[in-house]
Amino acid sequence: MTTALGKDLVGLERLSPDQIRLILDTAEPFKEVSERPIKKVPALRGKTIVNLFFEASTRTRISFEFAEKRLSADTVNVAASGSAVQKGETLVDTARNLEAMRIDMVVIRHPSSGAAEFLGNRIRSNVISAGDGKHEHPTQALLDLLTIRDKHGKIAGLKVVLVGDVLHSRVARSNIWGLSKLGAEVGVCGPDTLMPRGIEELGVCRFRRIEEAIEWADVLNVLRLQLERMEMGFIPSVREYYRVFGVTLERLEKAPRALTIMHPGPMNRGVEIDSRVADGPHSVILDQVTNGVAVRMAVLYLLAGGRPELADAAQRGAE
Amino acid sequence: MTRPLLLSGGRVIDPSRGFDQTADVLIQDGKIAAVKPGLGAPDGADVRDVRGQVVAPGLVDLHVHLREPGNEDVETIATGARAAAAGGFSAVCAMPNTDPVTDNQAAVGFIVRQSARAGLTRVYPIGAISVGQRGERLSEFGEMVGAGAVAVSDDGKPVVSSHLMRTALEYARTFEIPVADHCEEPTLASGGVMHEGLVSTRLGLKGMPAAAEEIMVGRDILLAQLTGGHVHLCHVSTRGSVDLIRRAKEQGIRVTAEVTPHHLTLTDRACETYDTHAKMNPPLREAADIAALRQALKEGVIDCVASDHAPHAYDAKEAAFDDAPFGIIGLETAFGVAHTELVLGGVLSLPELIARMSTTPATVFRLPGGTLQTGAVADVVVLDPATRWTVDPATLLSKSRNTPFAGRTLTGRAALTLVGGAIVYQVEAPAGR
Repeated sequence: MTTALGKDLVGLERLSPDQIRLILDTAEPFKEVSERPIKKVPALRGKTIVNLFFEASTRTRISFEFAEKRLSADTVNVAASGSAVQKGETLVDTARNLEAMRIDMVVIRHPSSGAAEFLGNRIRSNVISAGDGKHEHPTQALLDLLTIRDKHGKIAGLKVVLVGDVLHSRVARSNIWGLSKLGAEVGVCGPDTLMPRGIEELGVCRFRRIEEAIEWADVLNVLRLQLERMEMGFIPSVREYYRVFGVTLERLEKAPRALTIMHPGPMNRGVEIDSRVADGPHSVILDQVTNGVAVRMAVLYLLAGGRPELADAAQRGAE
Repeated sequence: MTRPLLLSGGRVIDPSRGFDQTADVLIQDGKIAAVKPGLGAPDGADVRDVRGQVVAPGLVDLHVHLREPGNEDVETIATGARAAAAGGFSAVCAMPNTDPVTDNQAAVGFIVRQSARAGLTRVYPIGAISVGQRGERLSEFGEMVGAGAVAVSDDGKPVVSSHLMRTALEYARTFEIPVADHCEEPTLASGGVMHEGLVSTRLGLKGMPAAAEEIMVGRDILLAQLTGGHVHLCHVSTRGSVDLIRRAKEQGIRVTAEVTPHHLTLTDRACETYDTHAKMNPPLREAADIAALRQALKEGVIDCVASDHAPHAYDAKEAAFDDAPFGIIGLETAFGVAHTELVLGGVLSLPELIARMSTTPATVFRLPGGTLQTGAVADVVVLDPATRWTVDPATLLSKSRNTPFAGRTLTGRAALTLVGGAIVYQVEAPAGR
């Protein structure tokens, strides 16, 4: 089914600003569902959704599962190991077999960039990316956008810096698209070894020193430093990384304004972020997690053909 | 004793002697007997009216992968030779990355025999530089040349050891064969699946920087200078490589180079939809690289066009981008793509393109053919430069279908291919003619 968002959600690069705003606006009424004693509306009753995870994930998978269940969809989780067999074959064969059982949607997490698009082009069901390789993680960026909007009342005109390993980060790519489409100024900060080629051509400001990024920014989105990167020679040591690029309380105290602190998780405390910052008064890290469920409910609802103007009614449905 | 064949009234283009005029070409006993306007047909001759078409020396491809022995499901020497004939090629050179590797005289002899059995386009074996393509110990060049090898290469596996490359260039001088190298610095290119640039950044795919190729191009040129050996650089893809080769040639270093039709016509943007038919190594680069490669081909800095025909199974390419193998087929589209984009695109004249696809490659690997001189072997192609056709993978003669040009409408294709005076391909006449 083709909807206001198209058939699939594989990334934010191809969404229009209006489509992104539509998702955020649709998420608003769904936030309240999770605050009720009975956290369920019937919007997706009778729909079947498969969560197809070729890569380990706790937070994203659970968040999707809650979103699906709170919309009354029937869900199945498939955790497939991509390493044992030829990944492409497994992927397409697995999906076709699932589809033969008449499903409506697939949520896919896969270690190969482009895997969600690959799948979306080959099956009729709606495909939602829960992260593909180093490409995009659209629902993460959407929940980041919603959290920024909640905190600041707007997105346009804000200065947001993505700190850390942008090279390997799908969260960073989706954030760059989403933030720039909604009018924010985007910066990236980290060592050149962790910055992809041509990143400036995406219209972002490049910072090589965390102090300069902190001085410039309204919001810091601190990316997870995957510890295996060190073994691959991108940085000499975790200790030095924290000393040079760590988001510490001392550094933030020198900033001209209070910065909103975000992190997509899971955090390496004392590596990319100081615990006093992560748990401090300007951290919205747990709000991000809460908003994740609402944003994913909105995406599922819209892709299932739910009409945006009826989201309020859908939310009231259980009452 | 075969019938004489007269190709009558075509535009005869023979870059080997700068010949370009309407003439008849008489072929007798497997050789070019005469090229002249108004030749009479000898008794019993097979006379073909080729007015409006182009008669040229058969095309020569220095770089193909025919997968036999080892992976006959995707191509064999016979099916590869059939595809080559349909593409207008009278000779192709098969890379040694077979299974087992073509690294000894018996393996080379097998390819020669399979080629003779197929009786189509000539397939010349290229022997491996190192035993098992492992980059450690030299293969027996002398015996391989004795069995029919025309060059050596570890193609697909770059020669990492500069010492090995040096000894290969030195040792090859005895046999007067070129050493062909796939230029890729492996620690820089490691894990890469496409060109490193803005597109790879957007797609989240690991890139191979242009420098990974250029470092090895530079090294090979320095080693050719050191040894006096002949290095042939496979599928050059970057503007930086072009600059290095231009300077080397100005200094008289024995370096030759080839470029593929896809590197002359497609950029890394072809990867944008994660289309695995745009995944090859070296990867598709940027528009500025295409411009430099075209200019280099025109000037002769790059000597020739080679297809790097690399068949793969449907299942292998029907995968996520990271998981698919590198390579595309090219024998049947090479001339059409080059003619449409380069000749009709105003980059090269038709005689220049024929030179780069026939005369020069034959010279680079010292092969027969590439000429219509009287007495030369009758490896000839009749090209129909005006025919428009659409690339339909289902109708290709190669066993594989992995082409990025599917659905493209091309202008120009082979109508008739002769090897040693024998017809190995002729286009089917459209119904009703």
